Amino acid sequence: MTKPDAITQNLLAAVADLHDVPSGAYNLRLNGESAGRRSTANIQIEAKQDKPGIDIHIKPGTKNESVHIPVVLSQSGLTETVYNDFYIGENADVIIVAGCGIHNAGAEKAEHDGLHRFFVGAGARVRYIEKHYGEGDGAGQRIMNPHTVAELAEGAYLEMETVQIKGVDSTIRRTDAILQAEATLVVKEKIMTHGSQLAETHFNVEMNGPSASCSLSSRSVAAGQSKQVFCSNIVGNAPCNGHSECDGIIMDEAQISAIPEISANHPDASLIHEAAIGKIAGEQILKLQTLGLTEAEAEAQIISGFLK
Amino acid sequence: MLELKNISFAVDNRQILQEVNLQLPDSRFVVITGPNGSGKTTLARLIMGIEQPTGGQIIFNGQDITHLNITERARLGISFAFQQPVRFKGLTVADLISLAAGQKMSTADVCQYLSEVGLCARDYVNREVDGKLSGGELKRIEIAGILARGNQTKLSLFDEPEAGIDLWSFNNLIEVFTNMRKQSQAGIVVISHQERILAIADELVVLSGGRIVQRGPQSEILPCLLNVDYKYSACKGGTRND
Repeated sequence: MTKPDAITQNLLAAVADLHDVPSGAYNLRLNGESAGRRSTANIQIEAKQDKPGIDIHIKPGTKNESVHIPVVLSQSGLTETVYNDFYIGENADVIIVAGCGIHNAGAEKAEHDGLHRFFVGAGARVRYIEKHYGEGDGAGQRIMNPHTVAELAEGAYLEMETVQIKGVDSTIRRTDAILQAEATLVVKEKIMTHGSQLAETHFNVEMNGPSASCSLSSRSVAAGQSKQVFCSNIVGNAPCNGHSECDGIIMDEAQISAIPEISANHPDASLIHEAAIGKIAGEQILKLQTLGLTEAEAEAQIISGFLK
Repeated sequence: MLELKNISFAVDNRQILQEVNLQLPDSRFVVITGPNGSGKTTLARLIMGIEQPTGGQIIFNGQDITHLNITERARLGISFAFQQPVRFKGLTVADLISLAAGQKMSTADVCQYLSEVGLCARDYVNREVDGKLSGGELKRIEIAGILARGNQTKLSLFDEPEAGIDLWSFNNLIEVFTNMRKQSQAGIVVISHQERILAIADELVVLSGGRIVQRGPQSEILPCLLNVDYKYSACKGGTRND
């Protein structure tokens, strides 16, 4: 990989904590093209032939390896849709770090849409981390619409951490998952919106095998005139456990909607949804003031803790 | 030294405190007691700046702090342990102790404060200060936060520290106060009904109906309180203030 420019370096640090070429397998996508790629003995990354994107094959039993697949857009007016498929072999245990950073200094919109499909083999464990970040002082919008599809085989485990804290004007995130017996899906989502940003997330999880379990947790802060929508539907078709939790802090003139749905199609499906939206509790600010923080400092601490 | 001069507080024409005069010197352990509704918590909240008095003045180390806000008073060295500790989603015990100390604390330092309040520290450092902690645990973390303020504190206020604490923790609580009293020059003011807390005080202040009805050394006031069951008028000891 040739040394990226300062803007790209900054975006890579923001979305993937990358300050250098990552160790292990990686694929860097820069302004619509592959700008660097490395496969390892256990992790094979190949470009798709029919459309933009890559196939990532992780061999069964691969342990303690990671894959970094950051995407960077720094050209105004660029719109792309990328298709990435992950095939995770049985009993593998890996970390996948994705993430998209957009620097838009121009007047036209820059948009990255992606479809990520995960086929997690029996007994495999995957931790997937995805950060979205936008910057640049152009009037052009920074848009990201990720769609994730996950199929978890028996005993598979997928943990998804998704973070969007800053600078993305519009995002519609969809996550669809199907879980077989004893499979586990854990989703931790963190979103903060400002200005007139829009963020929608939609989860659709079907638990089809006994002892499948799923835990969705969303923490969000909406400030300015931004709007957020959280939609989840957890379907239990077998004896299983599902839990979704949506916590929103609302500030200024922002709006947050939580639309939870839980559907049990089996008498031993146990499904719970919790949702709470509200301002920062006044007593929390008071407490931190008694420790010497100003109101603004207290608010910042409460929000950064909430989104940590 | 904190001085309350003719402090009054009313809500919706209901008088909660009436012309309270009180000096709280440094290096003294003062317990304010009295029946429910007598205005004890209000008095502590007025000192911290959470409520503003409707009349009177508050002087702290020679400075009139009546119109200072909570943050300003905290920075002058007033600390406050809430009767019902506040819960935070996301902030961990280590975060809260660090905020109290005013600096990022090492795990070892956080553990030290937690151990002082009888919590097995390693189990708590990274836990969120939220509803998953019991009332007693939260209460102890609240007190650990006051300890972590350390030398910044010139006056600590504890609003019913015993509420929600089990017997085992209670022994520990007494120990915490005894150690604070020994190790710090700061004034300590505790709102309490608990005889064992009253018994370790230097001075007792008895509030009733929004007025101070008795004040004096613990050795004089406590026996009266125990004998007369809050019928203060029967007691001759201490300084009458009403």
